[in-house]
Amino acid sequence: MIQVRIHGRGGQGVVTAAEMLARAGFLAGHEAAAIPSFGSERTGAPVVSFCRFSSRPIRTREPVLAPDVVLLQDPTLLSADRPFHGLRSGGLVVVSTGHDAEWVRQAAGADDQAVAQAQILAVPALDIAMRELGVPKPSAAMLGAYAGARDHVTIETVEQVFRARYPGAVGEANARAARACYELARTALAEEADRREPSRA
Amino acid sequence: MREVLEGSQGVARAVALCRPAVVCAYPISPQTHIVEALARLVSSEQLTRCEFLTVESEFSAMSVAIGASAAGGRVYTATASQGLLYMAEVVYNAAGLGLPIVMTVANRAVGAPINIWNDHSDAMALRGAGWLQLYAMDNQEALDLHVIAFAVAEELRIPVMVCMDGFVLTHASDVLEVPTQEQVDTFLPPYAPQVRLDPDHPRTFGTMAGPETFTETKYLQHLRMLDAIEVVARWVDRYREVTGREAGEPVTRFDPTTLERDRNAAPVGAGEIAVVAMGSVLGTLQAGLAPLVADGVGVRLVGVSSFRPFPAAALREALGQAERVVVIDRSLELGNEGDLSAEVRRTLGDDGPPVHSVLAGLGGRPVLESLLAEAVAQARAGTLGALTFLDLRPESLPFAGPHATGAPAEVAP
Repeated sequence: MIQVRIHGRGGQGVVTAAEMLARAGFLAGHEAAAIPSFGSERTGAPVVSFCRFSSRPIRTREPVLAPDVVLLQDPTLLSADRPFHGLRSGGLVVVSTGHDAEWVRQAAGADDQAVAQAQILAVPALDIAMRELGVPKPSAAMLGAYAGARDHVTIETVEQVFRARYPGAVGEANARAARACYELARTALAEEADRREPSRA
Repeated sequence: MREVLEGSQGVARAVALCRPAVVCAYPISPQTHIVEALARLVSSEQLTRCEFLTVESEFSAMSVAIGASAAGGRVYTATASQGLLYMAEVVYNAAGLGLPIVMTVANRAVGAPINIWNDHSDAMALRGAGWLQLYAMDNQEALDLHVIAFAVAEELRIPVMVCMDGFVLTHASDVLEVPTQEQVDTFLPPYAPQVRLDPDHPRTFGTMAGPETFTETKYLQHLRMLDAIEVVARWVDRYREVTGREAGEPVTRFDPTTLERDRNAAPVGAGEIAVVAMGSVLGTLQAGLAPLVADGVGVRLVGVSSFRPFPAAALREALGQAERVVVIDRSLELGNEGDLSAEVRRTLGDDGPPVHSVLAGLGGRPVLESLLAEAVAQARAGTLGALTFLDLRPESLPFAGPHATGAPAEVAP
């Protein structure tokens, strides 16, 4: 079972991101489930949603407590919303920010063991969303980055689910945002791999 | 075709396949997505020969439903929480008039304090209103139950609430299979009421019944309710024949090893602990009890889908030789115990095994697998009280403990 937790603020498409991720995961061959958390007045307030992938039908309804992957759509939640909490060893945290991974690590509390052990991928998802969509909804870009970092979903399935959900210009813009962030993630991860093992370059 | 759908979208599509003549609604979380989706299906003419009515209150929503149903239409509405309570007076009328309305209750807590999150307090408040109440354990069952509900309601002439956990199911996306129109048409006969309001053939519905006939009216309603469990079971069988899916067995049995649904699973064996629950917590129990089963702990899972009528005989049979029964309750009768526990206790009688009421997930508190497994471990050790508030947080209480909520229930000698 792969467990994903998505953090962001009300209005940023956090709940939609989990649903789109479940759809992309299903198209990629998994059983999938998405669970939102909800409040009664949420625009701008912290929002969390969850997604699970498995080879078997998913029964549990509990929130994701020990995520393999965390998507953080708003870096202002780095200290307040404990996005690294419960992250599994070797887990991935994708952060929407113009800063780099080291900045994320410091902002999240570099002495925290979960932060220290996490793989961090910093991507300018919000900038990409503003460029491609014109609105601050970074979900497609974030899912594109996720597809670039892990093979749980593919960039093709991410593009496909946004095109299906928002037929026309909005779907195309989301697909472009996803693809752009996917490419950035691939490049960043390749560079990181080169730094660790220069001989592979 | 299997696809990822939000629970509410799945339910809306299932309702549309039942070809309702009238859908009326007043918005309240967490049922709103369902009626919004139906409104879109009507306005886009994907659902034709259906009138979608918006009204100014839940009281009016049920009043419209009553009028439309009395006029001979197949009628659907949905509500939750305060909305259900606000329509309470007319909810009773729908049952007394014998109108087969189907209503989704997207289960939500009842204020005060105001709380929009999930538990079963709302539907429980109206368990005696004369409606059937069928609870879904997951979104697949939720959408299947709506199709079954129309068939059951129209045969019995008793309205049906399909209860699905608010947010936990209504707003969650799962891999679902919506039946085909052909399957639904095969399963569900067109609604052909025996009597209806018709200006050309005037009749009176809802006359006053004085002391000379009210007792007999209630007696006949009671007899019809006693018929209901067999009718539910028969339509559940028919649904399985048509779609190949298990949904709505009044008592849901689970395989002792895999914890997957299995209507042929053996009753609970001697010395085993039975965990009884209703609604989406059954899924979390399937996952949460798996480690215990793998360790060889004798624990079995039993679900209740039909709360009204309550399937006493089927539950007694499924619980077999259980040594203890742990009931996961999603609602509390203040000063008493969980509502499901009370039914289970009455079903098993004074000579039955001890029944432990474990209140979980009140007002949307997350129900965790680990907490459920811990309660079962305590039951096994003989240390679980008769009434337990799962995840009660002493630091949030205004006085120091101990906060024991009941003495450990003893095994009958």
